Formats: sequence, structure tokens, C-alpha cells
Amino acid sequence: MSDTSETNYLDNGKGFASWFYTVDHKRIGVMYLIAIGIFFIIAAFASFLIRWEHLTPGEGIVSAHTYNVLFTLHGSMMVFLFIVPGVAASFGNFLIPLMIGAKDVIFPKLNLYSFWLYLLGASIFLFALAAPADTGWTFYTPYSIDSGTNVIMITLGVFVLGFSSILTGINFIVTMHKLRAPGMTWDRLPLFCWAAYATSLLQVLATPVVGITLLLLIGERYFGLGFFDPAKGGDPVMFQHFFWFYSHPAVYIMILPAMGIISEVMPVFSRKPIFGYKAIAYSSLAIALISFLVWGHHMFVSGQSKLVNIIFSVITFAVAVPTAIKVFNWLWTMYKGSIELSTAMLYSLAFIFLFTIGGLTGLFLGALAVDVHLHDTYFVVAHMHYVMIGGTVFGFFAALHFWYPKMWGVMFDEFKAKIAFVLIFIGFNVIFFPQFILGTLGMPRRYFNYAPEFESLHQLSTYGTWIIGIGFILMMYTLLKPIPGEAGPNPYKSLSLEWSMDSPPPPLNFDKIPTITEPVYNYGTKIEKES
Amino acid sequence: MNWLPTSASTFAEGVDFTLWLATIISVISCILIGFLLIYFVIKYKRKTDNDPTPAITHDSFLETLWTIIPTILCIVIFIYGYVYYDQYTVTPKNAVEINVTGKRWIWTFDYSNGKKTLNDLYVPINQPIRLVMQSDDVLHSFFVPAFRVKQDLMGNRYTYINFTATKEGVYDLYCTEYCGASHSNMLGKVHVLSKAEYALWEDGSAKKVKSASADIPLDKLGEQLYTKNGCVACHSIDGSDGIAPSWKALFGAKRAFTDGTSAVADENYIKESILYPTEKLVTGYGPIMPSYKGLLDDKEITAIIEYIKTLK
Amino acid sequence: MGIYDITTKIIKSIAYPSEMVPPITEEDDGHHHFDPETEHSSMKLGMWLFLATELLLFGGLFAAYAIYRAKYPEMFMNGSKSLDVVLGTVNTVILIFSSLTVAIAVKAIQENRIKLVKIMLWITIVCAAIFAVNKYFEYSYKFGKGIFPGTDIFYSIYFAATGVHMLHVFIGMAVLGVLLNKVYKGKYSKDNFTAIEVGGLYWHLVDLIWIYLFPLLYLVG
Repeated sequence: MSDTSETNYLDNGKGFASWFYTVDHKRIGVMYLIAIGIFFIIAAFASFLIRWEHLTPGEGIVSAHTYNVLFTLHGSMMVFLFIVPGVAASFGNFLIPLMIGAKDVIFPKLNLYSFWLYLLGASIFLFALAAPADTGWTFYTPYSIDSGTNVIMITLGVFVLGFSSILTGINFIVTMHKLRAPGMTWDRLPLFCWAAYATSLLQVLATPVVGITLLLLIGERYFGLGFFDPAKGGDPVMFQHFFWFYSHPAVYIMILPAMGIISEVMPVFSRKPIFGYKAIAYSSLAIALISFLVWGHHMFVSGQSKLVNIIFSVITFAVAVPTAIKVFNWLWTMYKGSIELSTAMLYSLAFIFLFTIGGLTGLFLGALAVDVHLHDTYFVVAHMHYVMIGGTVFGFFAALHFWYPKMWGVMFDEFKAKIAFVLIFIGFNVIFFPQFILGTLGMPRRYFNYAPEFESLHQLSTYGTWIIGIGFILMMYTLLKPIPGEAGPNPYKSLSLEWSMDSPPPPLNFDKIPTITEPVYNYGTKIEKES
Repeated sequence: MNWLPTSASTFAEGVDFTLWLATIISVISCILIGFLLIYFVIKYKRKTDNDPTPAITHDSFLETLWTIIPTILCIVIFIYGYVYYDQYTVTPKNAVEINVTGKRWIWTFDYSNGKKTLNDLYVPINQPIRLVMQSDDVLHSFFVPAFRVKQDLMGNRYTYINFTATKEGVYDLYCTEYCGASHSNMLGKVHVLSKAEYALWEDGSAKKVKSASADIPLDKLGEQLYTKNGCVACHSIDGSDGIAPSWKALFGAKRAFTDGTSAVADENYIKESILYPTEKLVTGYGPIMPSYKGLLDDKEITAIIEYIKTLK
Repeated sequence: MGIYDITTKIIKSIAYPSEMVPPITEEDDGHHHFDPETEHSSMKLGMWLFLATELLLFGGLFAAYAIYRAKYPEMFMNGSKSLDVVLGTVNTVILIFSSLTVAIAVKAIQENRIKLVKIMLWITIVCAAIFAVNKYFEYSYKFGKGIFPGTDIFYSIYFAATGVHMLHVFIGMAVLGVLLNKVYKGKYSKDNFTAIEVGGLYWHLVDLIWIYLFPLLYLVG
């Protein structure tokens, strides 16, 4: 089993410098994990305050301006500091070289620079907290031009974070092209890597557009440029086009890696190959490509023409089909399998169900007539949180539990973790399902005050935050207090490469680069031939 | 419990039908997927550490099935969404135009007969209406849940909404594009009147008949007007300062103005501020208050003054 | 330790982070070694991907240009006429010439002609500097006449586009400067020249963007 005299990546070098200046992808992945975790907690706390405010219609615990700052902070911190880097920067960095049989990524120093840029962007962003923006994370003009808050600082921070995102994307793409182990053809690449590849394409191609958009917004505020200001002949709707041209692909940056995680977890705990490997791989690419063509569905009532609305609506429905295919493929992976309900599996199953709800409610919003009613209401808030929490965050939690023994060399208490899962699952649905109803009833978003008839639904939603809060604290406690004893290299009997070396992995991953001769999800006995 | 507001326009019927369709499809899909999840987990639970499992990786029939069915369902939902939307964007020939202006944080309605109202929109039942809308400052959005209509307002061009109200009543109007500190106070009401009542309103007599203003004390009327006419969006009554001076302890206080002069806030000062707000601008504030000339009569102005007097 | 030493230390720790950390194993010197073919092709692929991001960045500006030119055709004609075509043409020629010199540098390093590489890189950098100085004169002249970025939409686009481009000229100068410094230290040869090739690619992009900007801004009407 594991030779304790050999060092692993955690023990190899101690002290601040050995972590801050490391080029080891595993250490960089861990540092990203801790950083995004911290910002997740801060941004989640902001949402906790938002929901507390909504226990009563009028002014509760904060003023109107503070409320506007809170939802801006919650949105922009969650999007730019947690979920966009998210799974890709943390688990992507840790796992991709291990999964493809490489000793590291192709540009290890660039990887470190990406992380430093993330820290720099985060610092600038935090600097803005002196007079935090109150524009909403979407920074719509003209309000974002006029607002007396620190819009320039926060958008500059996001701009720098964009660079971190782009460089990581370039690193992953080139790594997967050049460093796959001998015999690992593209159709033997693990699906998490396929997902990371599609995500990286989006990061590389979409992020520059939000870069120039925010740069121009800074130009509007600082140099008085007139692009987006109607008073100067500019067009505020053009800002929306530029912004959503990035931000729609961005939501697929958020979800694709989580889908990759599900594709890894399902075969292991069903002891069956993933159903429809090619379909999942190609649908990831298809989703990435089509995602560039649907941005206008955020703007159906912005004043754009009817024809443009129709085109965006059609393509939006088109992007739903590859996603539906994936859901069925994951489900059918369980058919006639041997299923173990580990914590990671529970989160994955919950993902499938909750993401289905999130995705289906996206269809409501893609239907033109219905979107006229539901746009900018709580229905959208519920939809986005079902896909981002029910989807990405549940996938992220699945990854935390699944690769836990590999990353740390120890195991956690499954029983406590499962209780935490139940609390988180229940809490999440209690928060957000009522919000669908608030939306159909017409309750607008970003509202500090609300009409008294909405009070009971709001209160129910707030109670959910207390349940999920307890669940989350229990989950963190369980993960931070492992069971004593070594985990061993492969407690789940996975066939994937990252489980083939010691836990935690040695600094250079493989003593000898393996040669791949079999499909990656080679579980099960070959009773039925591949058709 | 009710999950949709009352349906009060022609467009609402189409929206509700498509919404129901999408809901039924979604509920059935969720039940199917939820059932399969639970069923598989129970039926194929791990028994031993070496359960034999078949290496099934494809099934052409199933894969075709679950590609085609979602595609068909998507097409169906799209079509209904498109058809009703298409009807809604076509302006009927006999539509009556009403101009809407959104400005932080008040709605102003200008009718074709020269009438003007604040935050209250009056329309006759079963009459196609076309709103011609523009913003005076940042983006706003006009949203009436009961009609299911919504459209953004912007500063550099006009946008439009067509609707035909089908039910008498008073319905909520919300601003639904975030526009700053008092976004959630940018509220209004749409009054759908019978043809007869609408004719009375157009004359100018309906408002007096309908409202109970004749019966309630002046300061209570002033308190109602404070919310109805949008004063609440900018002027607080608890002393907290914002975009406009608070009304608390306003009456009788001394005010300093940007032109160097000053005055005591008495009845005349308050009336002048309501009708000609930029004449005497209190230092530290901008000239953003709209004039209420033509929108409030003398009795209502007096009521507001009486209400301010009660805010010590 | 003076300011110079501290600055050098910080720059070194950023440029060579592995030297701040003890080596992983005995045979590992902190650098991952790949065979030359992999190293060469991967750096090229990486740079092409990065160039794609630059195209999309400027793409936004070009899109804004197209939309507003269609909306305000007269403003664009007048604005374009007010720009100095002579200076713009000179700048265009200088930049194209500098692309030629950097291409020669890339060819030269592949033939181990180190002296030629140095000369060509120097000329490229000097051309970039002249470009920058010309633009400084152009901008000052406009400011002197009371024309600023916010004056109208045409000037918004002019200043934004040429400003962002100028930023990339500076970045390009820095990149070429670092490469030149390493040539002097003898780091590159015909067996190790990928960095120069890839730096040259970046400079070609900077030139290409200007070749599109120039007619769109200076030659309308």
C-alpha cells in the first residue's frame, strides 16, 4: 500500500513560501479551493442578511441602500470570486493532470500566475468595499455610470479576475492536447476533462468580451466616454448586449465542470460504465458552442426587435436538448448497476433532480409570452439558484466528498456528512421553491420593500436559510474533522487514473507515466457489446 | 393557494395557458425522473462487494427516444410562447395611446385629452391601449402582473406596450428594472373602469366621486397622498436623509437655499415647493423634484401641508 | 538593502517562483522538462489561444464602431476628417515595418544569427516607441483643441480604440524588451527560439489590429 517514507504533495515543503511560490498543480488547486471557499462563505452570509431583511415587508435590519449593496455584493462575489473560478480552478487544477497521466499542467508557472491574478483581482474587489457598489452584479447603465459608489474599483477587480480565468483556460486546453498519457486517445479522456475542456473554451473566448465591456464602463465613469449613456447619444441596451454576450456563456462555465463531476461519480457508485460516453462528451462541446448564441434571452423586454427575440428564443430551446440528453444518460448509468449511496452519490443524485427543475424552469423563461410576465421577478431568482446551487454547488459538494480521501489521505464521517446533506437539500428547497410562486405572483427582483400579500412566502423562504445554514456548518465540521486513519489509494475502487497512486498523491504524481489500453469507465462485465 | 395573479387582460389568457402547459410538462418530467432515481436506487442497491453488472454503454432506441421527445416538447412550448407573444406585439387599429414617463421614482401618465396623472393609470375596460414609454433618467420597467405585461423604459428611445384590460378593478403596477435606492417604492395602480365611469373620470368628476376624500380629515388625506403620489419615494418621514429632505420637523423649520437666501418652512413655502420645486432649492440637494402643478388640486395640497404639520 | 535590491528581489521572485522553494526531489530542479517538439508546439498553441482572446477583446470595440457608425454616419465622417491622416499613415507604415523586422528576427534566431536578432529587435522596439510618441502628439493636439474622450460618440470610439491599442503597444514593447534582454544573456539559439517566435506573433497581432483601425478611423469619407 502506501509507503509512508515517501513524501506526498502536502508534506513536501512547509511554510508560506513553499505554498505561495509553488508550481505544483495540486497545491495551486488546494489554494484556490480555500480562497473560493472563503468568498463563498462571505457572499452566503450576505444572502443570509438579505433573507433576514425579508422577514417583514418594510424596513427590517438594514436600510434600502444597504440592501442594494448587499445583493450587489452577494451576486458579484458569488459569480466572480466563487462560481466562475469554482470547480474548474480548484478541482480542475488538482485533477486534470492526475486524470490524464501527466506530472503537471503544461504551463505550471502560468498556473501560479493565474492564482496570483485571482488574489490580485480579489484584493481590488475587496478594496471597493469602502463604498461598495449598489448597481446589482449586472452593472446596467445608465445607473452604473451615475451611482456614487465604487463601481470602478469593483469592475477593475473583475477585469483582473477575468485574466486569471483566461490563463487557466489556455493552460487546460493546451495541457489536454499535449500531455495525455500514451494510449489515452480523446475517446478515453475522462468526462470531467471533457467538461473542463469545454469550460476552458468558454473561458478563453467569452471572458475578453466582459473585459472590454467593463473597461468601457470604467471609461464611461472616469473619462466620460458616451457609449452606453443615452444623454451622450449612447445606447444602454448595447451595454446589455455586450454584458450578456459573456455572461450567458459564463453560466455554462459555471455548470459544465459540475456536470463533469457527476459523470465521474455516477459510474463509480453504480459500478457501471457511464451510459452514452460520446453523447455526454459531444453534448458538452455543443452546449459550449450554442451558448454563444442565446445571450439575448436575458433581454426579451429590453426593447430589442421582435425578430431578434424570436431567434434567441428558438436557439434557447435548442440548447435545452443536449442538456436533457445528459440527464437521461446519468440516470441510465444506474440501470442494473450496483449502487452505493455514499455522500458523494447522494449529492450527485440530488444534482440530477434539482438541476432538472432548474433547467425546466429555464424553458418557462425561454418562452416569449411567459418571459414577458416572469422576467425580473423572483421566478428568475429561483431558476438561477436551482441551477447554480442545485446544480453547481451540489456538484461541488459531491466533489469535496468524493475526492476527499485522495486529496487529504484520510476519510470523513459518512454518517454526519449524510445528515448535513439532508439538511442542505431540505433547506435549499425551502428557500427557493416558494420563490417560483413569488415570481409567478409578480413579485419583482431587487426589491427592498414588498407588498404585504407576499409576506408568508418570503418568511417561508427565510426559514430555509436557517436550515441550510445548520446543514452547511455541519458539513464543514465533518470535512474539517476527519476520522483518524489512512484512507488508502482507492477506497471507492474507481478505475480512473487519479486513484492509481497514493493518497495524498506524491508531488510529481506518477513514478512512471502509465500507458492506457482500455476505455476509462471499464466497470462491469461485458455481457452486452457496445453497439 | 393562488400562484398567479388575477387574469385581467387579453394577453394574460395566452400567457397563463403557456405557463400551465410548461408547468404540466415540467411536473410530469420531474415525477418521471424523480421516480426513476428512487426506483433505481432501491432496486439496484449494492448487495455484495462484487455484484456483477452489465457493461451497458448504449441503447439506440432509448437514446433516440429521449432526444426526440424533449425536442418535440421544446418545440411545442416555443410555439405557444411565440404565438401569444406575436399577438401581443401587434397594435390593434383602434388603440388609444397613453404616454408614460418613468423618472426616479415616479410614473407620469399623459393622456391624449391633455390629462395628466401620477402613479395612477386610468383605462377603460375592453379598449385596446398602447403605452408609449420613455425614461427621464436610468432604466425602468413597467410591469402589471394582472395584465402579464412588461417592458423596459430607456432614455434614448420610446418603447411600447399593447394591452386590452378585460376586468374592472385596481391592479398593482411595479417598476421592475433596478433603478436605485427607492426602486421598490416606484409603485402605481392601474384603474380599469367601466366605459361609463371612465367617461366620468375623463370629465374630471369621477375622481371626486370615487374617492373618500370628502369624508376623511385633511391630515389623513395628506398621509394617503404621501404614498399615492410618490412623495414616499424621496422624502422620508422619520428624519433620515436621502435624496430629498425629510418631512419630519419640516414645518416651522428654517431652510437655507442654494441662492444664499433662507426662509421658514410655512404653508406658502411648502405649496411653492410642490408647484415650483426648483425655485427655492435647499442646499445639499439637487433639482430633481418634478412639479405637481396640474396633478394636485388646492385641497390636496392643503391636506399634504396638514400631514406635514403632524410630523414633529 | 536599498530600494533597487528590494525591487530586484521582488521581480526575481515573480519571474522565477520555483527558486523561492526547495526542489521537490533530488533530480527535480523546479522546472518541468518536456521534449523540444512538445515545448515548441504547446507554446505556439497557447499563444494562438491568447491571440484569440485579444481578437475578441477588440471585437467588442469594432462591434461598437459598426453600430454607432451606422447610427451617426455624419458624425463619423466629420470626426474622421478631423484626424491627422499624415501622422496616421506614418504610424501605419512604421508599424508594418516593425512587423517585418520582428519577422526577420524570428528567422535570424532560427539560423543562430544572434547579432541580427539583436539589431532587429532593437529596431522593432524603437519603431514602437516612435508610434507611441506620434500618438502622444496626436492626443495632445486634440486635447489642446478641447476635444476629449467624452466629446462625442466618434471621439469616444477613437480614444477608446486607439487607447486600448496603445496599451497593447506598451505590453508588446515590454515583451520584446524582455526577449531582447534574454538574447543578450544568450538564452536563445536555433534549438531554443520558441519564445521569440511567440513574442513575434503577439507583435504581429498588435500590428494587425492597427491595420484595421487606421482606415476605419482615419479614412472615412
